[in-house]
Amino acid sequence: MIRIDCPVCGLRDETEFTYGADASVTRPAMEDTGMQHWVDYVFNRDNPRGWHREYWHHVQGCRQWLVLERNTLTHQIGTCHLARDADLAVKEAAK
Amino acid sequence: MKRLPSGGRIDRSAPLNIRFDGRTLPAFRGDTLSSAMLAGGVSLVGRSFKYHRPRGIYSAGVEEPGAMVHLRDGPRHEPNVRATVAEAFDGLVATSQNAWPSLSFDIGAVNNWLGPFFSAGFYYKTFIGPFRRSTWFWMMCETFIRKAAGMGRASYMEDPDQYEKRNAFCDVLVIGGGVAGLSAALAAGRAGAQVLLVEQDFELGGAVLSDPVGSAGDDWVARARAELQALDTVRILTRTTAFGAYDGDTYGLVERVSDHVKVPVAHQLRQRYWLVRAKRAVMATGAIERPLVFGGNDTPGVMLAESVRSYLNRFAVLAGQTIVVATNNNSAYAAAADLAGAGADVTLADMRTTPPVEARTLAETAGVRLLPGHGVIEARGGKRVTGARLVPVDGTGRAQGATQTVKADMIAVSGGWTPVVHLWSQRYGKPVFHGEGACFIPDGQDSHPLQGAGTAMAAASLSEVIAQGFDRGAEAAQAAGAPGDAGKAPDGFACRPFWQNGLHPAWAVLTAQGKTLGKAFVDFQHDVKISDIDQAHLEGYVSVEHLKRYTTLGMATDQGKLSNVNALSRMAELRGKAIPDVGTTTFRPPFTPISIGSLVGHEHGRHFRPTRLSPIHQWHVEHGARMTEAGAWMRPWYYPQYAEDLCTAYIREAAHVRAHVGMVDVSTLGKIAVQGPDAAEFLNRIYVNGWKTLAVGRLRYGVMLREDGFVLDDGATARLGAQDYFMSTTTANAAKVLAFAEHLLQTAWKDLRVHVTTVTDQWAAIAVAGPKARALLAKVSGADLGPGALPNNHLTHAMIGGVQVRIHRMSYSGELAYEIYVPAGYGRHVWQALHDAGGAFDLRPYGTEAMGALRIEKGHVAGPELDGRTTLKDLGLEGFASSKKPFVGSVLQQRPVLEDPQRPTLVGLEIEGDTGAKPGALLYAAKADAKGHGDGWVSSTTYSPALGRYIAMGLLKNGRTRKGDVVRVEDFVGGQSLTARVVSHHFFDPEGERKNG
Ligand SMILES: [Zn+2]
Repeated sequence: MIRIDCPVCGLRDETEFTYGADASVTRPAMEDTGMQHWVDYVFNRDNPRGWHREYWHHVQGCRQWLVLERNTLTHQIGTCHLARDADLAVKEAAK
Repeated sequence: MKRLPSGGRIDRSAPLNIRFDGRTLPAFRGDTLSSAMLAGGVSLVGRSFKYHRPRGIYSAGVEEPGAMVHLRDGPRHEPNVRATVAEAFDGLVATSQNAWPSLSFDIGAVNNWLGPFFSAGFYYKTFIGPFRRSTWFWMMCETFIRKAAGMGRASYMEDPDQYEKRNAFCDVLVIGGGVAGLSAALAAGRAGAQVLLVEQDFELGGAVLSDPVGSAGDDWVARARAELQALDTVRILTRTTAFGAYDGDTYGLVERVSDHVKVPVAHQLRQRYWLVRAKRAVMATGAIERPLVFGGNDTPGVMLAESVRSYLNRFAVLAGQTIVVATNNNSAYAAAADLAGAGADVTLADMRTTPPVEARTLAETAGVRLLPGHGVIEARGGKRVTGARLVPVDGTGRAQGATQTVKADMIAVSGGWTPVVHLWSQRYGKPVFHGEGACFIPDGQDSHPLQGAGTAMAAASLSEVIAQGFDRGAEAAQAAGAPGDAGKAPDGFACRPFWQNGLHPAWAVLTAQGKTLGKAFVDFQHDVKISDIDQAHLEGYVSVEHLKRYTTLGMATDQGKLSNVNALSRMAELRGKAIPDVGTTTFRPPFTPISIGSLVGHEHGRHFRPTRLSPIHQWHVEHGARMTEAGAWMRPWYYPQYAEDLCTAYIREAAHVRAHVGMVDVSTLGKIAVQGPDAAEFLNRIYVNGWKTLAVGRLRYGVMLREDGFVLDDGATARLGAQDYFMSTTTANAAKVLAFAEHLLQTAWKDLRVHVTTVTDQWAAIAVAGPKARALLAKVSGADLGPGALPNNHLTHAMIGGVQVRIHRMSYSGELAYEIYVPAGYGRHVWQALHDAGGAFDLRPYGTEAMGALRIEKGHVAGPELDGRTTLKDLGLEGFASSKKPFVGSVLQQRPVLEDPQRPTLVGLEIEGDTGAKPGALLYAAKADAKGHGDGWVSSTTYSPALGRYIAMGLLKNGRTRKGDVVRVEDFVGGQSLTARVVSHHFFDPEGERKNG
């Protein structure tokens, strides 16, 4: 059972969360009508061996969507941010 | 085999009455079932898995492969209990398993002579061999094999006991209450860490318990226990097994609260499952003695040497009188010496030609006959060892001369020790090879929160065991943030050799040609012989993981405890490689078998999952409603009058709605408050239709898609205020829609100032439908509900029974209808007020079955049509989609494959005859063969009182152009064949005039 350090609620069991989606893809803008953009967003996925960014939903806690780093090889958990802050956090880390 | 008059760690003042196969065994408190069996002269305990060979007691611990029994009777009957860890209690009843008609005369033993039939890969070969296309042959074989090759039988009776789950947190989890574990707990506890110390045995001490009573180790353990008990940061759990180590540094434990008594005392649990989150853990799980491989090495009377010593010193049972001890290392010398000291005649065959001087001295002083450079090549005897065939051996274990047979009633073996690394391996993968000990141990990387200590790390001396335990405990406490200092490690004490010092890495004793004399087992539990490994090698198996699956080696409860190294060494020899180059398999939880009950805890029956009840639920129950499950909800299914069955009741209820007025509890609908300045924009994006023009006080039906363009859900949303919308979803999709909305608002649509909140539980909802609905509501509310005051798709606020409610005018049934939203706490009160006033209007409640009949008559889609495979076009809903704005799924719904006109589309079906169609039945053209997937399927079906016939909705290829066609409706599950006419799915009142009232 992985444990996730929710920025709102603290360290909690996996059973309070649901996995949502791959967080490394970006949703096209609403007005984007390019079929391939949407196909890529919905269907095309890398299957990385190692670190991966994922959306998890703290569905039985604060109901916030989180961006979590998870290692697909070791199941280690890395950073965890609120999804609404995630871009900011990635930029901060890059500095 | 006999009980000695004194000694042992048993309480002779507490005799117990225990029985095995009807025979009374002499037992005392402190015995296990196996020690009582040995004291009572029981040598034959069970029959083996495949060959039904006689099996006795092989060990004194969790590694036991043979002495498995049925424990208890009646509903508490439990199969496959290892007698070696079953604590004796007064009234214990055990019986042998896997034998028929009796243990001593077992018909299945013919399998022993059909050996080649059951050799390695038997199952696979049967599948892929010449019989692969003849299912009947396999089925016949399987029936036979399952009966013959089995373990114990489970009880079919309900488990009468209680179990519970408990969550726990600690700084340091110490697994194992032997010397290393006690040292670790002392260090961590003194430093102030919160420590949980778990021990699977009912006593602390580990290997010390196998020393004679009064040995120096006893004092050491007593002092450590006393100090730990005085620390209020330390909690000790005995009879508790840590069976799994998982991600997130969580550990699964099972505490056997009441397995040592006949029946749990009132209100006490049988077992407790602990889920422990530990910042750090020390694995002081010790080691398991390794067998030697020779012909007949599974014969009852062949036992692990240290286990024989344990029976002698802990349980005061001398398990043999004329004993041959066979070894390749020093540790068996302690057993040999103690057995000789207890009066047994002991011969020690050491595969090494020059045993170390200390070991020799120990043996010779005790009067043991020592045969260096010798091995046991075959155990003689059938149901009990009668002799041992000894032979001089070379360094590889091959015979170097003539054999001699000596009389023996016991062969005690030691092939060295295998560290118990299961938990570490479950967590971190492959352990590393320890050359000197010829065993696998944890890699010792500092970064792991779980660290091994003691003989689990192949510690070769007592001082090393104490030092490792203490250091790992202190480090763990510090890493967990404990404030204090661990102080000084405890001193050691005098003890006999307990580790495999001087190990010579040869485990199999073979003829000069490299063959075994008779069947020689590496896995006693799954009857895997050394020849099976040879065969797998000949067939080209090189991967150890493949070998495991092909031969079933190390599977089931063994999990490599006894079999691992012996099998790997044989594989290595055959391939001309070293053991570490062959590698080892991965260990999986659980370490030892655990009961399903402990994992289930209270989560069964009604507590399997939470049940959701409408605020009006109790009224339905009190008024005789038959309830049905809808997801987690209980909903009124129908309200039988007198002895009505479902069909009669729902047809009456549905007809009543169309003639008079009915009401139905729709509180289970998902309800989401959508609030904020950008709420309309949010709705505009998530629904396919437009929302910008919806005025306050109005409501609108909407459909939403998934990102991939398939229909997700539908429902009405009302605008309560300028920035306040009230969305309803289907009962089934409420959680999905909310999570999806939250995702969009927190990721892609962060710019929208909108908040979504579930208010499902805050509002009760009652649909009132039928020609008399307006008159009824006008009377109870006093509000003006005339067509001008409250047209379709409008809402108003009103009072019913003194409660402020919202009345939405909208229709699901097609009749003049309203939905009344009531604060949940008043749901029943308002329902009752409606019911009280309803007499004059002939108001009747109706259930979900009638509601379904009404919606099918109207052709409204619901769960069976919104199955995640249907598009707007498939369902004839494309007219709702706005072409002026993008919405979720707007691009991907236009994928060419979804535009295919051949796709099944929604149709109505008028069933011919007086039998209804079954949902899921397949549709075929009238003249086509009923083969393959057909042209579509039936989704929803009912009897229509309005039409006086059976109707159904379905999805049919080219459905739009097939109106008027006759199709076949084939239900292969129920064997039903019908014909139906394809019609519009708007069966009843297609113009929708009735809802105008
Ligand atoms: Zn949270």
